Amino acid sequence: MHRFANPNQFLRIANPLLPWISALSVLCMAAGLYLGLFQAPPDYQQGESVRIMYVHVPSAWMALFVYASMAIASATALIWRHPLGFLMAKASAPIGACFTVICLATGSLWGKPMWGTWWEWDARMTSVLILLFLYVGYMALIDAFDDPTRGQRAASILALVGAVNVPIIKFSVDWWNTLHQPASVVKLSGPAIHPSMLWPLLIMAVGFTAFYFALMIVRLRSEIAAAKIRNIRLGQVHS
Amino acid sequence: MENLSDFFAMGGYGSYIWPAYLLAALILTVLLILSLRDLRRNESTLQTLRAERRGDAIDETDT
Repeated sequence: MHRFANPNQFLRIANPLLPWISALSVLCMAAGLYLGLFQAPPDYQQGESVRIMYVHVPSAWMALFVYASMAIASATALIWRHPLGFLMAKASAPIGACFTVICLATGSLWGKPMWGTWWEWDARMTSVLILLFLYVGYMALIDAFDDPTRGQRAASILALVGAVNVPIIKFSVDWWNTLHQPASVVKLSGPAIHPSMLWPLLIMAVGFTAFYFALMIVRLRSEIAAAKIRNIRLGQVHS
Repeated sequence: MENLSDFFAMGGYGSYIWPAYLLAALILTVLLILSLRDLRRNESTLQTLRAERRGDAIDETDT
């Protein structure tokens, strides 16, 4: 594993994969859009408004998945002192924040016609809003120090502490009485959702996941280049 | 055309569904464009710095 923690080694593997991951993302999102907008049936209770689910639910999954990846990358970087983990987490944060904003905004647009309100301070919505603040706090903290290694450490600790919010979000609909509906896909008894709706949802989720990995590689390359630039400039100052 | 306007009306929920899809597409596209721009800028800066450094190294061996 330690071999892959070297940025150049990592890029040697990631770069050839990038076009494939990008293609997978575009294909799945196109198929997901087609199935979700044209093929999936309207819901028997919610009518056509249920189509918001095909963006809302995958973006909510990504908001959590990206945060969990960020926390794991930060933990690995703190424990084994691999700067690549810090850079991966830093590259991921804005992507996760964007998915969280999409989740909140589409949830609001779905809530208005279904619940009669854009926003409710219930456990699910409040905990997802806190997730957004954690992403924003992480991004602010990592750039808040002149010495990037101090920013990386501080932001990583924030990411790890904030990780308790991930299970809180997942189980908020079970632990509290929420306006938000409980899980209907990821549950022990199997999905309680018809395949004609489950498939577009899963395909969209694969598309979003591939989008995250492709964009993460792009952003990570940029971060690695920025780190090399910083090193060269530091060398020039000292010589 | 009747079918098309039916499709866009989405059973009366069009004014909620289309903003949701458009907003998601907009946010992801803007993030993608900003990230690619950032990458291009950093990689070209890095190339310039490396070329300069190679230039310096040659100067030093000359003198």
